[in-house]
Parts: sequence; C-alpha cells; structure tokens
Amino acid sequence: MVVWCPDWPVVAALADEGLPSHLPAAVFHANLVQSGNAAARSFGVRRGMRRRDAQSRCPELKVYRATPERDSRTFETVLAAVEEQHPGVAPLRPGLAALRSPRRVRGGETAAAALLAERLVELGVWDPRLGVADELFTAEQAARQASSQDCRVIAPGESVPFLRELPVESIDDAADGGDAVSLLRRLGLRTLGELADLPAAAVRDRFGPRVAWVHRVVGGAGAVPLSTRTPPPELARHVDFEPPLDNAETITFSARQTADRVVAGLAAQQLVCTEVRIDAYVEGSDDVVSSRHWLHPRWFTAADLVDRLHWQLQGGFKAGEVRAPVSRVLFTPVTVVPDAVHADGLWGGTDERVQRGIARVQGMLGHEAVVQPVLQGGRAPRERQALVPWGEKPTGLRPAAHPWPGSIPPPAPSRVLATPWPAEVVGTGGRPVSVDARGAVLGEPARFRPEPGDWMPVAAWAGPWPVEELWWEPGGRRVARFQVVGVDGRAWLMTWESPGTWWTEAAYD
Amino acid sequence: MAPRIDTPGAAAQAVDQIQQLRTRISRLQESTPPSMPLETHPALAGLVQLRAGAAYSVDSATLALALLAGPSRSGGWCAAVGVADFGAEAAAALGVDLGRTVLVPDPGDQWLEVTAALVDVAAVVLVRTTGRVAPQAAEKLAARLRKRGAALVAWGEWPRCEVRLTTREPSWRGVGQGDGHLSSRRLVVEAHRGSAPPRRGALWLPGEDQTYRPERAVPVAAPVEGVA
Repeated sequence: MVVWCPDWPVVAALADEGLPSHLPAAVFHANLVQSGNAAARSFGVRRGMRRRDAQSRCPELKVYRATPERDSRTFETVLAAVEEQHPGVAPLRPGLAALRSPRRVRGGETAAAALLAERLVELGVWDPRLGVADELFTAEQAARQASSQDCRVIAPGESVPFLRELPVESIDDAADGGDAVSLLRRLGLRTLGELADLPAAAVRDRFGPRVAWVHRVVGGAGAVPLSTRTPPPELARHVDFEPPLDNAETITFSARQTADRVVAGLAAQQLVCTEVRIDAYVEGSDDVVSSRHWLHPRWFTAADLVDRLHWQLQGGFKAGEVRAPVSRVLFTPVTVVPDAVHADGLWGGTDERVQRGIARVQGMLGHEAVVQPVLQGGRAPRERQALVPWGEKPTGLRPAAHPWPGSIPPPAPSRVLATPWPAEVVGTGGRPVSVDARGAVLGEPARFRPEPGDWMPVAAWAGPWPVEELWWEPGGRRVARFQVVGVDGRAWLMTWESPGTWWTEAAYD
Repeated sequence: MAPRIDTPGAAAQAVDQIQQLRTRISRLQESTPPSMPLETHPALAGLVQLRAGAAYSVDSATLALALLAGPSRSGGWCAAVGVADFGAEAAAALGVDLGRTVLVPDPGDQWLEVTAALVDVAAVVLVRTTGRVAPQAAEKLAARLRKRGAALVAWGEWPRCEVRLTTREPSWRGVGQGDGHLSSRRLVVEAHRGSAPPRRGALWLPGEDQTYRPERAVPVAAPVEGVA
C-alpha cells in the first residue's frame, strides 16, 4: 500500500507558515516551478515554468524556495500517524510512503485505507491518496489514479493489465525521468504496454536503469522488497508543573523522577548520554525561555542531570532570563553512545567519591567555580593553559604541538596571573623602556615595579619576544615579552604593549 | 597451633576474644594513622617527608607545586583552593597530573568549607589564604586531615604546621643583560620543624636540563623520624 500526498513541497511550505492549503502557491528551484498546488494549477501554473511567467498568470501566487529539509521534517508527522495504525512504514521520499498491505484488517484494504485517510485529514493533510497493489511501482501509480482521500485497489494479478494502459508520462516522477519520457514520446511509444513489448537489453542500453526497471515491472517482474524503518526510540522526557513553579530548588526536586526516567530509558536501549539539552518553558508560551547544551566528560547519571538543571535554572533566574514561573522542563539527549564504550574497568576510572566530593563544592559555589587545568598551545603563559569547569568537556583547545613562534622557552612560570597587573619598567634616568616597530628595545631596563609596592633594581633581563597578535583585525595588539630578574633574585615575565603600557603576566616564583 | 574448642565455656571465651579483637580492628580502621608517609617529590628528599594528616607551609609557588607533585605522581588527586594564578605548565613539568587536579580559584568567604570538602577527595590540598587563619579553623581542618589521611599545603602562614619551608638566595642562570633566557635556578630551601634548627638544602628548581633535583645527591639513608 502506498500513501501519496500530492504536491508535498507546497503543502509543507504552507503548513510551515500556518496558511490554509487552498491558496495558490508554488515551490521554486533555480527560478523554475518545482511543484505547485491545485489552486496554482487552475491558474495555469505548470511545472518547469519560470517564476516571472508563473506570477504573470497568477499574481497572488505564494512563492517558496525549495527546501528538502522542510519537506522531510513536515512529512515526519505523517509517517508517525501512519506508524500509529500500521507499524513498518517505508518512507520513499517526502510526500510518498509505503507500507505492507493491511489485508487482515477487518473490512479489508479499503476499510484500512479509509481509516488511514481519515487520520491524515485530521492531521490537516487534506489530500491523501492511497493505492494498493502487488508491488511498489503499481501501488504508486494506483495512488496517483485515486481521487482525493480515496483508495484505488489493484486486485492481485491485475497489475500488468493496469500498467500496460498507463501513458509513458507515469515514469516522469524522478529527476532522471524527464529526458527518457520525451525520447519515448518522440519514438512513438505512448503507453507503458508498448514500452514493455521492446526487448529488455535494448531498453536498458538506451534509456537507463530507471526505465529498464519500469520495463521489468510492466513485464511482471522486478518487484522490490520493502525496507521498512524502525521507529526512532523516544529518548527525550519532559515534566509538567501544575501549577508552574518559580523556584529553582522546587523545580529541580520535582524533576528528579523525570531525570531517573531519562537515564532508565537510555539504559533500556543500552545507551548512555554524553550531551544533553535542557529546555525550560514558561506558562502560556510555546517558546523556550532557557535552553542549554551540557557536555559530560563521562556520561550523565540522573543526579548529574538534576545538577545541570539546577545550575541552569539558578543562573536563569538570577540573570533574569527566566522571568515567569516554569511550567515544563524537557530533557533531550543529544549525543548517545553505547554504554560499553564508557564502561569502567575493573579498577580505575574516576572515583565515585571524587565525583561526589567535587559536586558538593560545586553545590556551594556554583558550577563554574571548580575548574580543571588543561594545557594547550599558545604564546603567552596564560594562553597556554585553559581552565575548564569541572564536569564539562574541554572544547576549542589550540593544538600544543604547533611551533608557536614568539613563545617563551621553558621553564614555565609557576604563577600565571589570571589578569595581568599593571607594571612599570624604566631605564636609567627614569625614562620608560619601550620597543620600536622592528622589535628593538629602546632603553636599558634599570628599575621595575612588577607588583604594587616598591621599585626594584633590575639584576638581569632577557628579551624581547615580540608578538603581533591579530594584526589583520581591529583590536589586534603588538606586544613584546621580557624576562626580568630583580636584585632579590625573583624573576618575572613582563609584557610591553604598544603604544607604551607594561604588564606583569607571570612570575617565576 | 589453634586451640581446640571442646567445652561450651571455652567456646564462649573464644567468641568474646574475637569480639574484642574486632572492636580493636574497627577502632584502628576508623582513622588512618597520622604518620603514614605520602610520596614526596625526590627534589625535596632529605628536607621534608609529607605525612598524611599534617599541614605544611611554603612561601613559594614552585615549592607548593612540588609538594603537590609527590602524591599526584603516585595516583592521588590534588586540589588547589584560592590559587587564581596556578601555573599549569610548571605544575605538569614538576609531575602534577593535571587530569587529577581540581582548582577552586575563588572560594570567597567559604574557603574553609571548600577546603574541608576537598580534603575528603584529594590526597593533598594546596590552600592560599588571605589574612590570618584562626587556630580553631586550622584545628578543625587538622582533625579532618587525620581522618581522611590527606596532607595540607598552605601557601603563606599557617598555625601549627608540621614543617615550614622557606626559600633563600634564589639565583637564576642563563639570563644576561638583554640576552639569553631564564634556564635554571638554584635556591636554598630551609625546613623549619618546631623549634629545632632548620634543615637546609640547595636545590635546582629547575636545573639546566629542566629537571627538579637537589644540588648534591642526598644520602640514601635519610633518617626516618619515630612514630609520634
């Protein structure tokens, strides 16, 4: 059995905009009409027509761009509706789906088709047409012959006579069919029956695989087995609050069981989730007020999900992002992997105890207060390390293996200031030391003040390591780094920034 | 030779004895002995031996990182509280496993609670405090340390610490007047233990070959202090 929704791209485009389906509309690809609906056809808009011509025939024509994603996405609801009644649906393309003939339904195929059509009309698909036959091509042609919301049944064994009467234009539904049809017409072949009378090898050589396949089908062979899809498992779970709640703690507490169900649902599929999206909705609005992706270095347990929700809502309420009471929370697993990938070895792995202890600190100070240091590539010491919030995967790290010209040779400084301190370096006579455009030092450092306090005479210094950062963009800066040792033996990493500012970046303490 | 139990009286006695032994074992297991040694960075051998349940005070970031490196090398977790300027690269060079390191750069007023929570999970916790630490707070933390078998490294002053490490006479090599670059540093570390005269040792932190080691190889048989 084949379910056909004619002019699906137009139906999908109109449905996406929430417009009624009786308006004339057409979907264009490369300035040519790809498909138009019945209303557009009644004005004389034809497939392959240029947009200007189409609009001259029907000025109020709605013009849409062809987007296959939109078509598939909208067709998903139709597939789900069909799946509800008959499991094992094979989506052929947006607008066309096949399923095994429901012979054993009480009342036979016609009754089953009527039920299905009724369900689709309820969904807002006004024009479903169904066809039943021994194999796919015939069923599709039968559906095309059926009237709106009706079903045409080709009795078993009747396929060949039915197909022989069809005009050769029936082939013309795939992108590659166009030339073949025109050629067949020019050769004087009007029906599929006449095509079927030609020798198979001659057809295959001249008209390509698709016509050859149709030739075999009309000859009574070439039935293709239906590959049905397995319905995707529903992994997302949501919880509704009635009445809506306006407190992060209460919401988190009430979402506990849902988080358990998410993890249990995944576990039933032998999956674990490493990335999750948490959405919060407020009352009386369909828009998501707070949505965030969370990554986990291992995988989310129910307690982790609850923690993430808590952090997200706490932040949301504090930042004023969530202003109204929350009525729904939705957990959507974004990345799932088989649990065997993450299974713990018999010994080792991150200790439960460590996870719990650190989660407690996060509970006290907030999620971003506990960080893990990670090394990466860069020139300044501060760029060479990144602090990743505990429980998140480091992303966007610079590769450390690259050469990074302008970086300071080891040893690395033991103190890397999170924000550089303003400093001063002067030469003899108190003139500030600076660096010219060619990277040469102007003036000999004699005294410096690396931290707020007293001046320190310079015992030794090295440098400069000049770096022009992001010179191709506004906001780029020219810096030169120096290693300066004071007379007390302590060494500092000082940075001169154009046009004449000194910073303390790190200390070799 | 196991005693034969053939009378009800002897059996009751044996059960009693087993009970006593069990209570003793469980009492011992309650807390790890305070003097259990933790692995210490080889550069500091002969100067200081980290012990579970004790607090150490240092005055330099490199020494603090070196003290973290010991337990981290042997698979323990380490944590740093209030250290906003943690030099991750230097820590990694000293042997700190960054994958088992957590930082709380800005604990605010709750540094004591945070430190106590991290003592539960980490083998060694580095804490840098601003201002004076109340002896009561230190005492509370010390009890927690003994219970969990962790060590505390305080960067700055700490009341009643086991060993206080100070650095003197740092001198950098490899750097001139606008030429070369910092390559090695020799410094003298003093370990003050109570009122005893300090132990001294000259260290390369780091040496010319970027390793961290004592200037002279220390005698292998470093005296092991008696159990307190």
